[in-house]
Amino acid sequence: MLQISALLLALFLVLGVVSLVTGSVSIGWKKVLLSLADGLTGGHSLSAQEELIIFSVRLPRIIFAGVVGASLALGGVVFQALLRNPLADPYVLGISGGSALGAIIGILIGAGAFYLGVPLLAFLGALATVFLVFAVSGGKGSILRDNSLLLSGVVINAFFSAAILFFLSIVNSLELHSITFWLMGDLARASLRETGTATVCLVFGFIVLYSQAGKLNLLVQGDETARQLGVNVEKTRQRILIATSLITAVAVALAGIIGFVGIMVPHMMRLLFGSDHRLLLPAASLFGASFLVAADTVARVVLAPAELPVGVITALCGAPYFIFLLKKKGN
Amino acid sequence: MFLCGRDINFSYSKEPILTDFSFSIEEAMIAAIIGPNGSGKTTLLKIINGILFPANGSLLINGVDSRRWPRKELAKTVAIVPQENFSIFPFYAEEIVLMGRFPHLKNHQFEGKKDYRIAHEAMEKTATLAFASRRYDQLSAGERQRVLIARALAQEPKILLLDESTVFLDLQHQMRFLSLLRQLNKEQNLTIIFVTHDINLAAAHADRIILLYCGKNYAIGSPAEVITAENIKKVYDVNVLVDENPQTRLPRMTLLT
Repeated sequence: MLQISALLLALFLVLGVVSLVTGSVSIGWKKVLLSLADGLTGGHSLSAQEELIIFSVRLPRIIFAGVVGASLALGGVVFQALLRNPLADPYVLGISGGSALGAIIGILIGAGAFYLGVPLLAFLGALATVFLVFAVSGGKGSILRDNSLLLSGVVINAFFSAAILFFLSIVNSLELHSITFWLMGDLARASLRETGTATVCLVFGFIVLYSQAGKLNLLVQGDETARQLGVNVEKTRQRILIATSLITAVAVALAGIIGFVGIMVPHMMRLLFGSDHRLLLPAASLFGASFLVAADTVARVVLAPAELPVGVITALCGAPYFIFLLKKKGN
Repeated sequence: MFLCGRDINFSYSKEPILTDFSFSIEEAMIAAIIGPNGSGKTTLLKIINGILFPANGSLLINGVDSRRWPRKELAKTVAIVPQENFSIFPFYAEEIVLMGRFPHLKNHQFEGKKDYRIAHEAMEKTATLAFASRRYDQLSAGERQRVLIARALAQEPKILLLDESTVFLDLQHQMRFLSLLRQLNKEQNLTIIFVTHDINLAAAHADRIILLYCGKNYAIGSPAEVITAENIKKVYDVNVLVDENPQTRLPRMTLLT
């Protein structure tokens, strides 16, 4: 388990350096590595402009992409386990949609003028969606039925899409631009403070989730099996749900809607490493981070100096992968 | 570990499943629960297992109400082999068996050498060690059933509940399994309660038989007391001949057509 995690961490670091090197302004390998060494020792071997690009533009963005990617992939793994459905992820459950609606309302009422104003509303939108989805599907008692949860997610998502389209058709062009970018997922606007907030939430959530990873394995086998093997199902599920909602809501609130990471990464990790969540949680987090850093790097350079929203890249990779999976299962 | 049910009432919706059901099973006893479809057999097992609780009345395990047993303690005491365990995610057979060790682990603890040893012993006893590293969902129904038996054994329970656990087993594995149960019963005083549709199997292996009919305990007692042509006719509405197995002197049932 440790070896695999270490390997994936190494992959993330390598991709991080590659991403630092790549960009519309070319800064060579040597210089980037030198600058990283400088960062540790306090030396200065680069021009001020190059330093600015590496430390103020690329590095924060890479870290942010990593945190968001890890959050989305982690959220995907846990939601899939909780609902016993490999197609569940924050996007499918409507959490992203609720978050988007919150953000759009935030942009329209001018919450952008305050620090974390829009993300806060997006976060509230995401949390409200989680409760709404679970309230709609919950029925009597606290037993969550898997399929109804997914279905109510789909329905609520459709409702949010309609609401978003409604707002899009009444806003002016300036607001439209910032909303559209948000809807497609955008890692460019992240400030250091926002990255810090997301990192704290991710670390906290991960610790909570990892402490429940063994129980998650049993929960996947079904409520009755988990119960008879000694798991307090309701309490465990509640804890997991709160931690996951926090992580995904924060990620979506800060980065916008980035689809397919939450489905694709967990699936690939299960294929490679099996279903033990004690391995799956760190593996998916690390690989999710790598994946989004890679996708964002592509998004930055493919039309350089212009940029694509990263959500476009993940969807372009994700949709074909998804179809490939469905085809393979069909055979 | 003795079990005692007192006036248990239970229903999922309006229809009562069990009504005023009382029984007792002593330590190291092998008991069979028989009865027609929908007579409440599986529900009764779930109540003994602490997955369900009686709406009225109580189930006592060692004199303590099942509601008052902490989950993990209960899981160390009572284990069940369910009819089927369906998981959409790919787990290996060994991982499934190791899950039986969960109640013995402290919070956040990983399985240690001892847990692996116990799990492997359980797999050896159920002849599943050969496919420890194969995926559970790709095994045959009988192989999956043996993996679930191994998981229950890995729990090291005092009371073992079996929900028609022999239906998918071939003749050889059935015999192995039954003699394993006998051995565990004798050597470790394991209490065994099994639900079955095979009345001859119940007659041959149980010390006590509970015959359920419409949520009530229609008859309870030794095989000779419960397996009578009259009882079977009343409960299942089929004509049978009950005579004595010449080898074991236990009742033997033959369907009359």
